[in-house]
Amino acid sequence: MISLRRGAIAAVSLMAVLAVPVAANAHRQWLLPSATVLSGNDPWITVDAAVSNDLFYFDHMPMRLDGITVMGPDGSKGEIKNGATGKYRSTFDVQLDKPGTYKIANVSDGLMASYKLNGEAKRWRGPLADLATAIPKDATEVKLTQSQRRLEIFATRGSPTKEVLKVTGQGLELEPVTHPNDLVSGEAATFKLLLDGKPAAGVEVEVVPGGNRYRNGTGEMKLTTDAQGAFTITWPNPGMYWLEASVRGGKATVPNAERNASYVTTLEVLPD
Amino acid sequence: MRLPVYTAALTGLMASPALAADLELSLEIPRLTVAEYHRPYVSVWIENPDKTAVKTLAVWYNVKLKNNEGQKWLKDMRQWWRRAGRDMSLPADGVSAATRAPGKHQVVFKPGALPAGQYNLVVEAAREVGGVEVLRAPFQWPPKARVSSSAKGASELGAMSVTVKP
Repeated sequence: MISLRRGAIAAVSLMAVLAVPVAANAHRQWLLPSATVLSGNDPWITVDAAVSNDLFYFDHMPMRLDGITVMGPDGSKGEIKNGATGKYRSTFDVQLDKPGTYKIANVSDGLMASYKLNGEAKRWRGPLADLATAIPKDATEVKLTQSQRRLEIFATRGSPTKEVLKVTGQGLELEPVTHPNDLVSGEAATFKLLLDGKPAAGVEVEVVPGGNRYRNGTGEMKLTTDAQGAFTITWPNPGMYWLEASVRGGKATVPNAERNASYVTTLEVLPD
Repeated sequence: MRLPVYTAALTGLMASPALAADLELSLEIPRLTVAEYHRPYVSVWIENPDKTAVKTLAVWYNVKLKNNEGQKWLKDMRQWWRRAGRDMSLPADGVSAATRAPGKHQVVFKPGALPAGQYNLVVEAAREVGGVEVLRAPFQWPPKARVSSSAKGASELGAMSVTVKP
């Protein structure tokens, strides 16, 4: 949750009203690449990183860049360049110095706690490692929620490759059947959702096209994963799409915690 | 205008009549009245009826820029890039060539050993500060007689015709 601390503060004020604190409903987090299909020997992409309701508009708060990681086509660790954080968004560049598919991700694993101390309701939010010292020993009614979040985007120089698509087996992940940088309007694309490396069946997936400022409807699509965790989208139009899914339950790595795992990506669909 | 390099590359294979057969492309690049004109990037390839690419015959792009910088825009020829270009190593001998000026161009290709069947010749043009257009004209291979087919562009390309000759 480190990168979302500022978004989280906004969410906390709502929690008193909402019985079920699902961070995913607070605001949308997104990474928006300037391009996903690239040619040439030295292409770069620039990425916007922000938190907002409307896609893809910078009007709420920037995403912090501390948690951003880059994985090169051979699985090696890459780096972000020219990172900057403004009022409403952060930006950074990635140089695609090798041919193949890159993954840019922001993966976090944090805890939220609510408890009572001397009859007074308290809340805490922080990294797993701080749990032991964060909550007073005489606290009562301690409720823990472990929040595993994964945001990722892909960009490819030349032929799409698969090394970066390998899943880790932790939290909610997307296992592409269709390569995420090979999406074309009018065609169907299939992906699988995995929870801790196993098919996540019956999970609702929300797919929202960008550009809602210029139309009345949201254009939002809702899909549900099948028994294999798979879902198929036929892209209605070219453009950038935001995809989100979240699952409550499953195994938390922290004892006595409820787990909330979520996955977010941005997919570019090109015209035929 | 003919590109001798295409024929030269395949002379060693010209033993059978099918390998010797010609595929002639006539293509018009329209003269456009625009404030900022750049010659289009053009790719020419053979595809199966299901649109899978068989062979790229030509890619006209800015081959002279230092460090192959002209290749940065090859992906703008979206269909070709997805179906063939992204899997190729460029520049490629006999395939990469300079962009061409507005006007009519005649190019003769020797497609060589293709399985007998129905194909399309596809031309895709993408212009800097301009649009993209794709044209397709069908042909049968190997040709038994001289046969032509044609297509007509509306924006980035003019008339196109494909003639196969035994």
